[in-house]
Amino acid sequence: MISVNGLSHTIGPAKILDDINLQIAPGGVTALIGPNGAGKSTLLSVVSRQVPAQSGEVSLDGADMKRIDHAALALRMAVVAQDVGVASRLRIRDLVGFGRWPHAKGKPSPKDADIVAQALAQFDLTALADRFLDEVSGGQRQRAFVAMAYAQDTDWLLLDEPLNNLDLRHARRLMSELRNLAQNAGKSILIVLHDLNYAISWADHIIALKDGRVAFAGETQDVMTSRTLSALYETDVSVMAKDGKTFVWHHN
Amino acid sequence: MAVRKHPYITTLCVLLILSGVSIFIGVGSLSWDNPNAMQVLMISRLPRTAAVLLTGASIAVVGVIMQLLVRNRFVEPSTTGTTEAAMLGLLAVAILAPGWPIIAKMVVASLASLLGILGFFFLTRRLPPQQPLLIPLVGLIYGGILGAAATFVAFQADMIQFLGIWMTGEFSGILAGRYELLWLAGGLAVIAYFTADQFTVAGLGRSASLSLGLPYGQVLALGIVTVAVVSALVVVTVGMLPFIGLVVPNIVSRLMGDNLRESLPVVAGMGAGLVLLSDIIGRVARYPYEIPAGTVFGVIGACIFLWLLLGRKSYA
Repeated sequence: MISVNGLSHTIGPAKILDDINLQIAPGGVTALIGPNGAGKSTLLSVVSRQVPAQSGEVSLDGADMKRIDHAALALRMAVVAQDVGVASRLRIRDLVGFGRWPHAKGKPSPKDADIVAQALAQFDLTALADRFLDEVSGGQRQRAFVAMAYAQDTDWLLLDEPLNNLDLRHARRLMSELRNLAQNAGKSILIVLHDLNYAISWADHIIALKDGRVAFAGETQDVMTSRTLSALYETDVSVMAKDGKTFVWHHN
Repeated sequence: MAVRKHPYITTLCVLLILSGVSIFIGVGSLSWDNPNAMQVLMISRLPRTAAVLLTGASIAVVGVIMQLLVRNRFVEPSTTGTTEAAMLGLLAVAILAPGWPIIAKMVVASLASLLGILGFFFLTRRLPPQQPLLIPLVGLIYGGILGAAATFVAFQADMIQFLGIWMTGEFSGILAGRYELLWLAGGLAVIAYFTADQFTVAGLGRSASLSLGLPYGQVLALGIVTVAVVSALVVVTVGMLPFIGLVVPNIVSRLMGDNLRESLPVVAGMGAGLVLLSDIIGRVARYPYEIPAGTVFGVIGACIFLWLLLGRKSYA
């Protein structure tokens, strides 16, 4: 359980997060949605302690995040940042291998090698494993970073817009793998999503942010309605059902 | 290319050959019939060769560390003000406390280059990450300003000739007893090898480092101190050798990538080899006179640097 209490955050003159109170339940996929500039990425980076909380408190299973040390946190929570622009030239196999670093500390065991091989296979990277990061496409690089976090094998997995640059097949495959991890391995996933159809199809819980505040939060089918989404994005959005599936429509 | 297939063996063979050549070149002959041969070997040739190898290896290693920490391919201590700051520190000691022992001078120079490198980090933190070439440009300007300050102070104190010695890396004055501080630089490079993984992870950026549980601040501090101390040691003992720390990591990165655990020995070996080659050329070109190794590599390195800048593929 991640609890956020009275969290506020300002960057320069702008109030990015304004008194956020949230509970993120373990075991499930929670999607963080909202318009540009709503504070989604900032919330994710404060929750993952990439950025220290300015005021308010974030706790992980009842323990104040500030008191958990780096190495211990890396065994419990993995983060994939939005910007994976990388200057270093690593082979994809080595990058994914660094996902085992918190466990192996530079002495990888055969078990670590197995997990890395499995992560590569899972994200369709086996054939690219010996290529350098600057010799693959943006989507492939994105998948490599997700695979690294996957190899880290933590209870919590936080991803900031991981579907950027991914084609439809790999985006779907990533969401279904996250879903599978949540359902069958008891992992907890917090993911920033822009495409509402991915959110409504794959997420168990939704947290919607607007102007640094929580607009609404709850079970996906309860809170994702035409009315709430239209208000959130100030755009006509309809939630429809067809053949037992719900989807979101906002084009003309 | 042989380096790609057997990087360690190739590097080692080239180093052994070059070291052999370096030991047997010089005015005094090393043949059996020269009664002083042993003395020449122990007092001059071996120390000189060791000094060149240690210098080349350690500045190439701090070059790659700096590039990973700044996350920019085109920086190294001598193009970012670190070396100039060390010279300012040395000038300060030479003027204010000329009687201090070499170790004290060394400490002051290290502290000064530490301040210099911190200044560089402070400046570049404000630069937009979308413009990677701004960082080396700011580094060159910053280094130029510090260098100008050093020249001014040296001119006022009538110490320009000292500055000349520090600015041109050369090994002709190396004798046993005059280069041993460089073993410390070599030792720091070895320590860097044991923390290679940490530096590689740090090269992925702050966010990825924190996510993997790396104490990012500590690794950054360790790296900065290593870079500052090695730069100061090299300036104090042999003088500035530009471009090595820039060119070598770029070439090795193209051949084998940035996983330091794999590439650091080759970076060190190639740095040592290139400086040794420059030193040998400098000794042979106008025999029996010498051209400083720093000058020789300045010419070679500038050409390679231009080729790297202009001929690079999509990756920076």
